Amino acid sequence: MKALRFGRLSAVAVVAAGALALSACGSDNATGSSGSAPATSSGPKVTGTLTGAGSTAQSAAIDAWKQGFTAANSGVTVQYNPVGSGAGRKTFISGAGQFAGSDAAMSTDELTQAKSVCGPDGALDIPVYISPIAVAFNLPGVTSLNLAPDTIAKIFRGQITNWNDPAIAADNSGVNLPNLKITPVHRSDDSGTTQNFTDYLNKAAPSVWTDASNQTWPASLPGENAKGTSGVVKTVTDTQGAIAYSDDSAVSGSLGKAKVKVGGSWVALSAEGAAKAVELSKPASGRAANDLALSLDRTPTDSSAYPIVLVSYHVVCSAYKDQATVDLVKAWENYVVSDAGQQAAAAAAKSAPLSSALAAKDKTAIDSIKVKS
Amino acid sequence: MTRTVHETARATKGRDLTATETKTPESPGRLRALSSRQGAAGDKVFSGAALAAGAIILVVLVAVAVFLVVQAMPALLAPQSQIANGEGFWPYIFPLVVGTIIAAAIALLIATPISIGVALFISHYAPRRLSQILGYIIDLLAAIPSVIFGAWGISFLAPALVPGYTWLSSALGWIPIFAGPPSATGKTLLTASIVLAVMVIPIITSVCREIFLQTPKLHEEAALALGATRWEMIRMAVLPFARPGIISAVMLGLGRALGETMAVALVLSSGPLIASLLQSGNQTIAAEIALNFPEASGLSLNTLIAAGLVLFIVTLAVNLLARWVISRHKEFSGAN
Amino acid sequence: MTAIATSRRRTALTRNRLPRYAPWASLAVGLVVGAALSTLVGFNFFGWGVFSAIIYTIVYVSWSGAVEGGRKARDKFATCLVVGAFIVVVLPLFSVIWTVLEGGIKGLLTPGFLGTSMNGVSGIQDNESVNTGSRVLGGIYHAIVGTLLITLWATIISVPVGLLTSVYLVEYGQGSRLAKAITLFVDVMTGIPSIVAGLFAAALFATIFGPGTETGFVAAVALTVLMIPVVVRSSEEMLRIVPNELREAAYALGVRKWRTILKVVIPTAISGIASGVTLAIARVIGETAPILLTAGFATKINYNVFSDWMASLPTYIYFQILNPTSPSNPDPSIQRAWGAALVLIIFVMILNLVARLVARIFAPKTGR
Repeated sequence: MKALRFGRLSAVAVVAAGALALSACGSDNATGSSGSAPATSSGPKVTGTLTGAGSTAQSAAIDAWKQGFTAANSGVTVQYNPVGSGAGRKTFISGAGQFAGSDAAMSTDELTQAKSVCGPDGALDIPVYISPIAVAFNLPGVTSLNLAPDTIAKIFRGQITNWNDPAIAADNSGVNLPNLKITPVHRSDDSGTTQNFTDYLNKAAPSVWTDASNQTWPASLPGENAKGTSGVVKTVTDTQGAIAYSDDSAVSGSLGKAKVKVGGSWVALSAEGAAKAVELSKPASGRAANDLALSLDRTPTDSSAYPIVLVSYHVVCSAYKDQATVDLVKAWENYVVSDAGQQAAAAAAKSAPLSSALAAKDKTAIDSIKVKS
Repeated sequence: MTRTVHETARATKGRDLTATETKTPESPGRLRALSSRQGAAGDKVFSGAALAAGAIILVVLVAVAVFLVVQAMPALLAPQSQIANGEGFWPYIFPLVVGTIIAAAIALLIATPISIGVALFISHYAPRRLSQILGYIIDLLAAIPSVIFGAWGISFLAPALVPGYTWLSSALGWIPIFAGPPSATGKTLLTASIVLAVMVIPIITSVCREIFLQTPKLHEEAALALGATRWEMIRMAVLPFARPGIISAVMLGLGRALGETMAVALVLSSGPLIASLLQSGNQTIAAEIALNFPEASGLSLNTLIAAGLVLFIVTLAVNLLARWVISRHKEFSGAN
Repeated sequence: MTAIATSRRRTALTRNRLPRYAPWASLAVGLVVGAALSTLVGFNFFGWGVFSAIIYTIVYVSWSGAVEGGRKARDKFATCLVVGAFIVVVLPLFSVIWTVLEGGIKGLLTPGFLGTSMNGVSGIQDNESVNTGSRVLGGIYHAIVGTLLITLWATIISVPVGLLTSVYLVEYGQGSRLAKAITLFVDVMTGIPSIVAGLFAAALFATIFGPGTETGFVAAVALTVLMIPVVVRSSEEMLRIVPNELREAAYALGVRKWRTILKVVIPTAISGIASGVTLAIARVIGETAPILLTAGFATKINYNVFSDWMASLPTYIYFQILNPTSPSNPDPSIQRAWGAALVLIIFVMILNLVARLVARIFAPKTGR
């Protein structure tokens, strides 16, 4: 009996010792950097913890911003939970974080609700992240394809079912289109990418795409689906004859990206084109002066613009409770929209940097953030 | 509530009692005192603590139910044209309920006989040394995160099943559930059910194995001594003894199959309700919640929670039904 | 030799028995005919295996039926089915384990993978490691710490509650209305989708401690909701099959009921209970959704379950697979994800060993 009890005790001791050993050997310095911050920070020195939640599309960019921002401000911790845009806005409205990442601007209802944490002027939407959406296809031997908006809409509605359809051939003289069934692939989860793509189809091909823009793909349409951008890209890569819409950053080299018709010409996807399309867009109506929610122009005539883009926002308060928080949020958002921040995001997440005109507007909006009176 | 706290306090005291008592050398006089006075107190404390624990579970469950109802109410009370893109709540939830039940039922149909077979193999067929290792491996498999099962399902299982589906639809296509044309990616409800079956097999097997091992040795030996073959011994001694336990194990598996989110969300190419198991389509409640929750806000969030409430009710109904079926067989148990 | 064989065939005991070589002969027939059949429909190893198994069963069982009679044949048939079930289940399960091993071993052997967190690792580093072929940076230390602490707290809460409940159900509440209600609702609880448990815990703590309460402890509470039913269900079964003779013997010696339960009933069932608790931990250690909603998403090491965000291995795996750190070069993320999955499985393996050890230390000596 004694020996037995001793055995139990020693087992406990072993577990405890193991826990101690474990807690001694971890390191937060994964990159092996020396830790001394380069003194590039301009403006007031800020410290504190910044908490945000929201869009998964932004998560790769936020990793890069976090790294760049904390390198310049060693006293700051930025944490971001990529739970999804809707959940992120909800968290923000509840007052649990200082900012939200969202693929859609705040709705009127949400702006009203945000007044309880942000004061009478409510919240601001600041466009910070532009991601071009590619129409990616898997066709052996075909690398370039011209697709008109009506054709894209018909393919995704299941009205064009074969790659050698005359409607596709008419725009692609000289391309050897195979006799192959088209498998349209869409997102199974609700997403900002779906919302922007259906918005594009709705505006650019109104006669074919009669559904309103929605973050849920219309359930009645035929086709395969997969979860997340990576799931869609994997399905297209594995299936010959498949076509899908996806954030450009995840589209691998083996897939072709369609050129879309803008005005009278065929426009290939490019970061500059995406930034241009956003720059040409008008602000959404009925918003406060510094709320930069955009109403994206899906039918530009300028042939340097690529209209299938996703714009993701940072939602911030127009007023915070104390000066320290105001300084922290301003410093963070100013870094995000700055040239350095946008280049870091482009390097890490392959996003399209903001145009300088839009970045300047962003900066004005950010500088208007004040202490709650 | 105050009563619960009180009882917990007494439970702690009771535990102290045990500690002091076991440490002191046990003289006969002390023993007598224990069994008469302190023992009686210990009995009360212990039964009280047990009762309190049971009550806590009910309280938690009621809290979860209240939470679900409160959060789901807006979706149930709002004008139906605002729910699920104007579809209305009930037309929206009905296909999901059917999909959930079909997926869980197929998973259990596959998993139950196989699990019982495996548990029997480990407990009564395999050599003892081997059986210990096998039991160990099976327990291990219960721990693989569902994301991994999902990833395995899309990258390995679904493509591997496509030829089988093509054959099924050509040979048995006249049965509605095998109607073609089969999916080109293999991401169908049947694949999802098979992944679910693989996920619940370790759970059912693990519980069944423990129960089979507890069969009274005398019963087994008596059966063998009467000249029974091994299978007859299992049928006469092991299975009747284990029946309630097997049912418990299946219920545990059912819970997992009904509530599984991530694996189904990754494997199934969802869509509207269709009879064929070989085409992409159908959806389960849990996967629907997981897929749409991140982007949901306002009323659509309430709709998803209402869907969670419906799953809760479906689980309740399935359990009641199973209980009603079981209650017609008299249970055997060592404790009754 | 021949003489002995003949005489053996003649003895009454062995007269109606299949010869020793019967299983092997049936297997050979099965393999040959299986190969022929599978060639007819297009040869592959899987089809060959299936056809061979079916043919083997038919040949062996009908041979036995002809020589030994129906009862023996049924016994042989059952053996074939049981072994068959085992083989059927081993194949996919080993396929899963192989997938994890194959993908995980490289990540696990990367220096710094186990000892560092993801702090400061972004797509820039991943792109660089893909382009220059340098080692993949970033590790899972923060996630290991989080998983261990969250699971530990969930176990600390749910095992006593679950075990006491099952004691109530088996020993005290037999047949009472409350016991019936508890059994029913425990079953219902097993069907709560994990995401709902997460939402519930998040809402509960937000109501009590204000919005934004996201810590490891909230996650532990969410996991408790998922864990309790498994503990109750499995330990209830294990307590129920403890023979009544043992209880009665203890009562006859004048032992109080609670002492009987603690010293006789629970130790007898401890092996099964330990296995059930392991199963319950295994059930929750891989949960993603509830942790995501309750513990935030940390990239730094945090040892305190009561404050600040905490990472965990499943959320880590989930995000590395579905939202790669660098969307254009997902390979480093996938390598880290499989590495983390392998580590998770190794943990459960160790946990299993510990549970068995516990069972062996506490269990009374039996004749088996």
